[in-house]
Amino acid sequence: MKWTRRDLLKGLGGLPILGAVWWAGAANTMSSRKQRSAILEQLNIRPSLPPTVPGITGKPVRVGIIGFGIRGEQLCRSLGFATDEWKEEMRIAAEEDPNIKALEDFENQDKLNVKLTGVCDVFDVRAEKALKSFNTSDNQMKRYSTYLEMIQSGDVDAVVIATPDHWHAPMSIAALNNNVHVYVEKPMTHTVDETYALQDAAKASKAIFAVGHQHRQTLSFSTARDIVEKGTLGHVSLIQTNTNRNDDNGAWNYDIHKQASTETIDWDQFLGSAPKVPFNKNHFFRWRKWWAYGSGLSGDLLTHDYDRLNCVLNMGIPEAVSTSGGIYTHNDGRNVPDVLQVNMEFPNFSTGSSQIEGKEKGMTFCYSASLGNSFNRPTILMGHDATMELGNRLTVWPDGASTRYGEQLELGKMQPNVPIYQYNPAANVPDAISSATSQYFADKGLMWTYIDGVRVDSTFLHMREWLSVIKNGGKVSCGIKEGFEEAIAAHMAGLSWKLGRKIEWDTKTEKIVPIEGIDFDEVLLYNGKWVTPTQANEV
Amino acid sequence: MVSTTRDRKVKLSVTLLRVLIGWHFLYEGVVKLFNPEWTAFGYLASAQGPFKPVFTVLAQDPFIAWVDIMNMAALLIVGVCLVLGVFERKSAIIGIGLLALYYLAHPSLPGVQQLNVEGNYWLVNKNLIELAACILIYNFPTGNYFGLGYLKKGRLTKIEKK
Repeated sequence: MKWTRRDLLKGLGGLPILGAVWWAGAANTMSSRKQRSAILEQLNIRPSLPPTVPGITGKPVRVGIIGFGIRGEQLCRSLGFATDEWKEEMRIAAEEDPNIKALEDFENQDKLNVKLTGVCDVFDVRAEKALKSFNTSDNQMKRYSTYLEMIQSGDVDAVVIATPDHWHAPMSIAALNNNVHVYVEKPMTHTVDETYALQDAAKASKAIFAVGHQHRQTLSFSTARDIVEKGTLGHVSLIQTNTNRNDDNGAWNYDIHKQASTETIDWDQFLGSAPKVPFNKNHFFRWRKWWAYGSGLSGDLLTHDYDRLNCVLNMGIPEAVSTSGGIYTHNDGRNVPDVLQVNMEFPNFSTGSSQIEGKEKGMTFCYSASLGNSFNRPTILMGHDATMELGNRLTVWPDGASTRYGEQLELGKMQPNVPIYQYNPAANVPDAISSATSQYFADKGLMWTYIDGVRVDSTFLHMREWLSVIKNGGKVSCGIKEGFEEAIAAHMAGLSWKLGRKIEWDTKTEKIVPIEGIDFDEVLLYNGKWVTPTQANEV
Repeated sequence: MVSTTRDRKVKLSVTLLRVLIGWHFLYEGVVKLFNPEWTAFGYLASAQGPFKPVFTVLAQDPFIAWVDIMNMAALLIVGVCLVLGVFERKSAIIGIGLLALYYLAHPSLPGVQQLNVEGNYWLVNKNLIELAACILIYNFPTGNYFGLGYLKKGRLTKIEKK
């Protein structure tokens, strides 16, 4: 048998094609992986693992909930207690849209070793709603008419405080003085003086104090910390972080319950330290709109963004804060601004430098918020060497003029528009060079935090950490130090807006630099312009 | 065997199509083979259209690991066979199956958002066209004309006899 050249060509002609394609595929894949791992090796970033905490064993922790409103209900769900009404609502929602997995997620959530033994709410409907669902044979629950009665009852080991802001500190202090553990919503306090009083109470108490900044559990933030600490970004001189909302709920115009009346609401208890005004449903349900009970954008949303960054950078209290803004989108009787720009100065802060010593120092944290537009502006950290977008997902782009990456940029191994690092807690591996595809999936919210295949909400992790520290000792990730910094930073922002001037922090005395003739707390609460809302304001 | 010029042109064209499709499958398979981090998760998790629930399930453990391996193996098998010109009909069927799955996961239906596409499609997209091309390859094998089939069909002796 003899093979002619023609036979070989026609019979085996596919072989060189096969070889070429195989070689090309292998070579291209290997070289891009090699390039990628070289970059990753140089960056040496350690993606964070899901937090592990010692188990909450022994006798169940007896928890009392103070304030069973929107957030109070959410916090109870994180503790493992959902109302029958909510379950039914979510069951119907899931039937209509199978993508709504709230009920499934709730049922898959690990069970915490807690009993919800008490509820305290000044609105009868809410307190009764809690009792109806949670007062069962294996979870005896009692309603207390005041928070003091609950704290002093001896029947609760810990309280969760989800009230309007002006009640956060008085309740926390009372609980801590009775050695009852506290989980309080943000902002930690409503006034400057309270912030110091709560700090003293927390330090003196045997109880564990935690502030509800649940994002401290988000895996991407601990990875972001590693990224910054490794000098990946170089000297960060500017942070931009934003709030963009454009809906009633986002502007705190929450629903007004039809059963609300002087018969069903203990109005005097709601008011507490606030000015004595006649019963007003608008104030009761939409308290975030008035400085007397809440603190608007600076207390509700700036605190999230500030603490998110403080958790990554640990930059502490700003040395100066300048705020501007106004009531531009919801002129509905509120007295808190709905458009707000806060510039916090950290002149002595540095994340490290790749340039000559002394050239770089100082940073501005710029928070920009509007309740009249919902365009998504991401949080970005801008460094000399790189820019990082911070969210559930992290993306790092090298800067075109970077000193650290100068050589690689020149050789074309890095490009300013191509991320050098991307982190996604749902994916198994860090993705150094992102594709448009992975970007898209992440933006769609398809990639969430999964722990052992179960989607976990960070509030659950945050409360679990608090309960674990109660049982086993240790340190909560958002305790009095972090809460103090958050509260002071937020109050400085509010004061600056109200006074129309820069507010400074004295790092030595650890006090806000006094301004002659001005009582900060008086300004924060009333600004001397407090007017009794007329019944016309009532909805 | 008498071949008209027309027949030869058809054979040549189909062969070219077969090799190019094989090339495409092979390259996709090799890239996945050499990148252990590759996964179909994103493609499946973002599936749309009437079969979305099926693909969503496939994107989850424990299925996803199998889906990844099967997909890569199928791509390589189809690629190698079509390039070399052997087992073409069986490969074409596997290719049709794969392409049908790709199409169904992200169908070009009106009202369905088109993800990661560079053009504009209505019902018909490139996956569907490649699928149709695989049907042609199934019905018109060319391995005996160009490929390993040429060697095993006793062609050599015929040529020797000439």
